Amino acid sequence: MKLPISWLKDFIDLDGLTVEDIARKLTLAGLEVDEILYAGLEMPTYKDGEKHEFKTNGIAWDKEKIVVAEIREVKAHPNADKLTLLDLFDGQQEQVVLTGAPNIFHLKGAGKLAKPIKVAYAKEGSTLYDGHAEGLQLMTLKRAKIRGVDSYSMACSEKELGITEEHEGIIILDDDAPVGMPLADYMGDAVLDISILPNMARNANVIGVARELAALTGHELKKPTIKFKTSGESVEDLVEIEIENSELNPRFVVGLIRDVEIKPSPYTIQRRLKLAGQRPINSIVDATNYAMIELGEPLHAFDYDVLKERAQKACAESKSKGAVEAKIKISTRAAKDGEKLTTLDGIERTLTSMHVLVWGEKGSLSLAGVMGGSESEVTDRTKNVLLEGAAWNFINIRRTAKQHNLPSEASFRFSRGVHPAMADQGVKRGLQYMAEWAGGVIAPGLVDEYPLKPKDPTVIVTPQDVKRLLGIELNVEEISALLTRLEFKCRITKHGLRVTAPPHRMDIAEGVIGLADVLEEVARSYGYDNIPTTTMSDALPPQAGNPVHEWEEHLRDLLVALGLQEVVTYRMTSPEREGRLAAGQRPETNESQHYVRVANPIAPERSVLRKSLLTSVLEIVEKNARVESIAMFEIGSIFEPNNNDSSTGSHRPDVLSGERGLLNEPRKLAIVMTGARIASAWDVKDSPAFDFFDMKGRIELLLSGLRLADISYTEADPSTNPKATHLHPGKAAEVKVNGQIVGLFGELYPLVKEKFEFGESAIIVAEFDLDLLRTLPPTHGIKSMPETPPIYEDIAVIVDDSVQASAVESLIRQTGAGTVTDVRLFDVYRGDQVGAGKKSLAYSLTYQSDKTMTDADAAAIRNRIVKRLEQAVGAKLRS
Amino acid sequence: MLDKLNEIKKAALESLSFINDQAALEVWRVANVGRSSPLMQVFAEFGKLSKEQRPVIGAAANRVKVALESALEVKAQAVKNAALAKSLEEEKLDVTLPGRIVNIGRLHPSTQQLRHVLFILAEMGFQVYTSREVETDEYNFQLLNFPPHHPARDMQDSFYIEADPSTGSGRSEDNSILMRTHTSPGQIHAMREASATNPQNPPPIRIALPGMCFRYEQITARSEIQFNQVEGLAVGEGITFADLKGTLTDFVRRMFGAGARLRFRASYFPFTEPSAEVDVECFVCGGVGCQVCKNSGWLEILGCGMVHPTVLQNGGYDPRRYTGFAFGMGPERQLMLKNKINDIRYFWGNDVRFLEQF
Ligand SMILES: [Zn+2]
Repeated sequence: MKLPISWLKDFIDLDGLTVEDIARKLTLAGLEVDEILYAGLEMPTYKDGEKHEFKTNGIAWDKEKIVVAEIREVKAHPNADKLTLLDLFDGQQEQVVLTGAPNIFHLKGAGKLAKPIKVAYAKEGSTLYDGHAEGLQLMTLKRAKIRGVDSYSMACSEKELGITEEHEGIIILDDDAPVGMPLADYMGDAVLDISILPNMARNANVIGVARELAALTGHELKKPTIKFKTSGESVEDLVEIEIENSELNPRFVVGLIRDVEIKPSPYTIQRRLKLAGQRPINSIVDATNYAMIELGEPLHAFDYDVLKERAQKACAESKSKGAVEAKIKISTRAAKDGEKLTTLDGIERTLTSMHVLVWGEKGSLSLAGVMGGSESEVTDRTKNVLLEGAAWNFINIRRTAKQHNLPSEASFRFSRGVHPAMADQGVKRGLQYMAEWAGGVIAPGLVDEYPLKPKDPTVIVTPQDVKRLLGIELNVEEISALLTRLEFKCRITKHGLRVTAPPHRMDIAEGVIGLADVLEEVARSYGYDNIPTTTMSDALPPQAGNPVHEWEEHLRDLLVALGLQEVVTYRMTSPEREGRLAAGQRPETNESQHYVRVANPIAPERSVLRKSLLTSVLEIVEKNARVESIAMFEIGSIFEPNNNDSSTGSHRPDVLSGERGLLNEPRKLAIVMTGARIASAWDVKDSPAFDFFDMKGRIELLLSGLRLADISYTEADPSTNPKATHLHPGKAAEVKVNGQIVGLFGELYPLVKEKFEFGESAIIVAEFDLDLLRTLPPTHGIKSMPETPPIYEDIAVIVDDSVQASAVESLIRQTGAGTVTDVRLFDVYRGDQVGAGKKSLAYSLTYQSDKTMTDADAAAIRNRIVKRLEQAVGAKLRS
Repeated sequence: MLDKLNEIKKAALESLSFINDQAALEVWRVANVGRSSPLMQVFAEFGKLSKEQRPVIGAAANRVKVALESALEVKAQAVKNAALAKSLEEEKLDVTLPGRIVNIGRLHPSTQQLRHVLFILAEMGFQVYTSREVETDEYNFQLLNFPPHHPARDMQDSFYIEADPSTGSGRSEDNSILMRTHTSPGQIHAMREASATNPQNPPPIRIALPGMCFRYEQITARSEIQFNQVEGLAVGEGITFADLKGTLTDFVRRMFGAGARLRFRASYFPFTEPSAEVDVECFVCGGVGCQVCKNSGWLEILGCGMVHPTVLQNGGYDPRRYTGFAFGMGPERQLMLKNKINDIRYFWGNDVRFLEQF
C-alpha cells in the first residue's frame, strides 16, 4: 500500500519525527516499508559510510526556488504557434514563463485572467526531473533562449516534480494555494510503500497506519469528524435492502446524495490519490476511493436514477398485483450456477453459487465486493448517487477474486476481512466527500441492514500470561496502557485485565487463541526491541538421533571421498524425459499412467514427479557434456503412486510409504561417470575413459566403507531383469549383499545413449536402493593383524574364456580357507601364448596363519588349489 | 729413487688437475694409486732396496701416497659437487606450470550449507527430524492454522498432486495432496509422535527440520519451484519470546559472526504468534546500503515466532501449559547472500563450473 505522509498527518501529529523515523517504527511493528518515495519533502542525505535504512527514491523541492505562483495572463509567443508566454507572479515579482502546456493553451490571448491560475513554479537553478527525457533524469533549470524568447524558469508538470509520470500539461493547483509559499510547504510529500501482512488488513488504510503510529509514539490519534447537512426525502423511504444469507453478507448500508456535479476533484485530492496509486476519475468516484483508502471500507457508487427507473418498470409490471410505490429494492444473494454478469471491465463472467451478487430489480448490479456491473455505474450524466458500503465473507471474496483473476483495491481489502462496523462509517465519509467535491445534497438517514452483528471478542489477560509467553514482567496497568493505545477496551478485574477488541479488528479470537492474539499486540506495542534476550531454561528433550539422515550423510561422505561430485536436481519431470531411458526397448505399455502427476504443472516438461533418479543425474551430465571428466551422484527420493497393493510385497516399514493416501517416497542413489579417468594436464595427454571397472571399483570401496560383507556381483540380464533394460547387455551387473539385489550398474545401452547429447565416451551408471542398503547389518569389529610373517606367491592359470573370474577366485578362497588370506587378480591375458578361446588369470596370493608357514606349507596348499581348479573349471597351471 | 717418486707425484697431480668427471677419476685412481700403479710398484719393489734406503724411500713413498690420496679425495668431492650442480641445473623446473590435479568429490553447495546450519543447531540441542516431501493439505496447511481459503495461503502457492489419474482432478484447498510448501508439516509429525509417547505429560521437543520444499512459481533468476528449508522447533514448559530472541541471537552470531547486528521485526505466519522476521545487518556493505540489501542495510534471514496455540493443540500439547517457538531459514538464500549469487537457478542447474567453486 502506498501511503502519502501528508495524508497520515491529517490524523496524527508527527512533529519531531523524520520520514525515516516513521518508516522505521512501522517496519519494526510489522508494517514493513519497502521503499520511500519522496515527492517534495526534504530527503535524508547520507555521508560516506553512513548507514541507510530504506530504499529511497524521488526528489526534494528546493524551498527557495520552487514556489506557488499565479498566472495572470496567457500571451501568444511571437515566433511559435504552439508555445505561450505566461505572465506570472511568484509572490515577489512578475515573471515571464514560456510553456507549451496544452491545458492552458485555450486561455491564449484572453487578456488578464479574471481568476488567476495557481501553478507550481520553478525558478532558475531548480533541480527537477527532465520532463522530456525517458524515465526519470534529474536536470537543473538553466537560462536559455527558445525561439528568441529568454527562458529561465518554468511552470511544472507532475513528472518534473516527481509526483507521477504525467507530462502532458502543467499542474493547476487549487484556488486557495497561497502564492509565494514554498511548494514543499504547501504540498511536499513522501510516500511510504508498505507491505500489508495477511493478518494486518485492518491497517491497509490511512487511519489504520495512523492508529499504529499513535500506539508506537504515544501521540494522539485524531479520528475524523464526519458531519454533514442533510435535506429532502430520507433514503430509508426510497430504498429497501434484503439479505438472503447473512453469513455471506453480514451488513449492507446505503446512503443517497442528490444533485451532484460530476467534475474533477480538487487538485490536493487528486494528488493524494495519485501518490496512493489511484487514478483520479471524477469527484464521485474519487470520493469512494478516497474514503476507502482513508478508512479501509470499500464503497460502491450506483447511479440512483438507473435503479429507480428499473424499480418503476418493475412496479408498473406488477401493478396488477397491487404494488403501489416504486421503492428501490436491492437484494444480495448467492449466484446461481451458470448465471452471467458483465462486470465494469466489459467481460461477461459465468458465476457459481460461491459468488455473491448484489441484485436490483431487473438484474444484477455487481459481483459483491469485487467489481461492479456496467449498467448501473456512475457516468458523466449521473445526478443522484446511491452509495453502498457492505461487509462480505472474506473467504468468498478471496475465492471470487482468485477465480476471476480480479485483484482490485476493494477485493484486496474484502478478501482479507473488513469489519462490518466500518460499513456505515465508510458510507458517511464517502457522502461527506461527495458533498464537498461534487456539491449535491445528502438525503437524511441510511438504509442499514445488519443481520449478523459480530460480537467484539473479550479475553482475560494476566501479568503471568505475559511473563509465560513473552518473558517480560508487566503489571496490569502497563498491559492496559499498551493495549488501550491500539483502541482495545481494557478493564481491570480480579481475574486480570478484561480486554475487548475494538470494532475494526477481525483477527482477535477468544479463549486461549485470543490470548495469543492479544499478547502479540502487547509485544508489538511494547516493541520487540525492548524484549530481553534470554536462554531457554526448560528441560532438554530426550536425545534421539536420526539414523536415516545420519546414514545418508555418511554415504555422501564416502561418495565424495571416492571423487564423486554431488548434484541436487528437480523432483518434477515428464514421462517423455524419463522415457529416454527406455529407448531401444520394446515400448513400455501404459508406462505413463504409473506416474504421479502434478495437477497444476508450470510446464509440460515438469508434469510428473520423477520415478528415476538416474535420469535426473543423466540430464545433468548431458548439460555438462563439455566437461572432460564427470563423476556425479545424487541421493534423493523418487515418487511412486500408492496403490495399496499388498500383493506386490513392496510394503517395507522403512520406506516412506503411502499412509493416508500419500505417495511412496523411496530413497535412491544414482551415480554417473563418463569421460577421462583423469583430467588431462600439460604433460598427460590422453587419459583412458571411465569404464565399467572404474564404477565397480568405486562400488566395492563404497560397500566396504559401509562395512558390508557377503557382497557378490552377477551379470544383469536385460531380458530377465526389466530394470536393466537401459544397460549394455554385456556390461551390466547386479550388486548383491547377503544375496539381496541392492543395486545395478553398467554401461548405458548404446541406443539409450543416443537419446542424450553425450560425448564420445561410454556412460557408466549405477543405481542403488537406499532403503534396502541402509537396513543391511554391517560387520562389527576389525580383524587383528597377524604376528606371523606372510608368504606371497603368484600363480597363473589358463581357463576357458567363458569361465568367470569370480568363480576362479572363490574356488581359490574356498580351497585355501584359513591360510590364503588375500587373493588379488593382477593380470588377465588373452593371446597366442594361451591359445584361442582361452585366457590366463594371474593371481597374487597371500598365505598366512597363526603359525609361521614354510614354503613347503604354501606349496602344498597351492597344489591343492591348482588341482581343485583343474577339476572344477578345467584350469591349467601356466608355467 | 726419490727422484722417481717426485716424478710420479708430479705427473700424477698434473694429470689429476685435468680430470673433471667420475669415470676419468676412477681411471686416474687405478693408474696412480691402484695396485699396479708406478707408486705401488715402488712399494712392491721395496725388498730390492738396501737397509739404509728402505726407511728413507719408505717414508717418501708414503708421503707421496698420502698426498695423492688426499688430492684424489679433494678432487672426488669437487667432481661430485660439479656433477650435482650440473644435474640440479638440468632438473630445474618451470614452477609456474600448472599443477597436476586429481578428480575430487564435493558436496552440493546446498548440502554444505544445510550441514553448516544443522551443525550449529545440533550444538544448541536441536536434533534433525526429517519427513516426507509430498503431504496432505491437512498437514501442510490446516493443522498449521491455515484454514481452507485463508488469505495466508496466498503466501504459499502450491503444486497439487492429481488425486486420481483417471479423473484428472484433485486441485482443491480442502483435502488434497500437494508438494510440501515448507518443512513445517514435520512440526506436527514430530509433536504428535512425541505426545503419543506420553499424552498426559508430553516430553519437551527441540528439533531441526531440513528438507526440500516446493512453491508454485515460474523459474526465474529470482524464484524457484523448489528450495531447501531448515526450521527449528522448541516446545516445552516455560519457553518465552525472550528465549526465542536469545536463541536466535546466538544462532545468528554463530552463523554470521560474533559481531553480527540483528533486529526482530513484527511479522505474520499463521502457525506462530507473535511472529517476527529477523534481519541481520547487511554483511556485504556493513549496513551502508548496497545492491544485495536493496539499500536498506538489512538482510532478511529468518522467520520465527511463538508456536500458535492451535498448532500446539494439533500436536497434542496443551497450549495452557506448553509454549514453544519455531523459526525457519533458507540455505540457498543464505548462500546467495554470502556469495553474491544473483541467479537462484544455479543451484539445480548443477553446472560443474558453479559446483566446483564450493
Ligand atoms: Zn548491503
